[in-house]
Amino acid sequence: MAERDPSGGAAERSDPELVAALRSGDEGAFASLVDAYSGPLLRLARMYVASDAVAQEVVQETWMGVIRGIDRFEGRSSLRTWIFRILVNVARTRGQREARSVPFSSVADPSGDEPSVDPDRFLGPEGRHPNAWALAPTQWEAPEESLLSGEARSVILEAIQELPPAQREVITLRDVAGWPSREVADALEISDGNQRVLLHRARSKVRTALEAYFGAVEPTAP
Amino acid sequence: MIRRREMSCRELVELVTEYLEGTLSRRDRKRFEAHIAGCPHCTTYLHQMREVIATLGRLTVDSIAPRAREELLAAFKGWKS
Repeated sequence: MAERDPSGGAAERSDPELVAALRSGDEGAFASLVDAYSGPLLRLARMYVASDAVAQEVVQETWMGVIRGIDRFEGRSSLRTWIFRILVNVARTRGQREARSVPFSSVADPSGDEPSVDPDRFLGPEGRHPNAWALAPTQWEAPEESLLSGEARSVILEAIQELPPAQREVITLRDVAGWPSREVADALEISDGNQRVLLHRARSKVRTALEAYFGAVEPTAP
Repeated sequence: MIRRREMSCRELVELVTEYLEGTLSRRDRKRFEAHIAGCPHCTTYLHQMREVIATLGRLTVDSIAPRAREELLAAFKGWKS
């Protein structure tokens, strides 16, 4: 299982150190990279191909590309972004072969209105409290631990599965994998602003799913 | 001089990520914080968004099969030796 930030792992060494280690055949360095990034890579691959099995192959092929290409890595992007781009290229090729190709740019356009919260939850623009909560969120009666297990966890995973692909990828890389915003935008070839919009929509939907699961709403006093 | 209206709840929920990312203008940041200070519902909302983010950061993600991992390590060894 890949951890968010494996101790002694890839995330704690600088790119030049890691690249030098890989070039010198340091197996531990390669293993730490594989463990840190295979999870997020797999999720992204799944966006382009029709099955988990093919996604696994895409990730496998990506790592082979890393092994073959590391001597040519020039450090113009971060190592992580470079690996990620290899994956996107491999996945797009496979996806086309499977005739299920969706160019990322076509799904990453966040134009169009998509409110974070159902507009019916708010009062109208008139009155003493314009656009204030009519049906307000209430605290979830759950310690944080319980969100990570059991039903609540399934609710979160299902909510992410149901997101449009671009939103799913941004929230996966930012919040699940913990990448900085600039790297996510670079890797997905979208602007910082688009990245934030996609992230916000994705987070809002996960919150809404949990709220529905907990039934945690109450009418505000008139 | 036109004074910008107070932020509404409906406006605030659209700005939570911008707020957390530190990309709001100074004025909007102040409006956001002024609203939060006086609105328990939006305080709950902001807390829930933070909870979502924290929880996602602690989810384990699926990874490649152990056998695939072993094959890769063997391939790396073979390639680099």
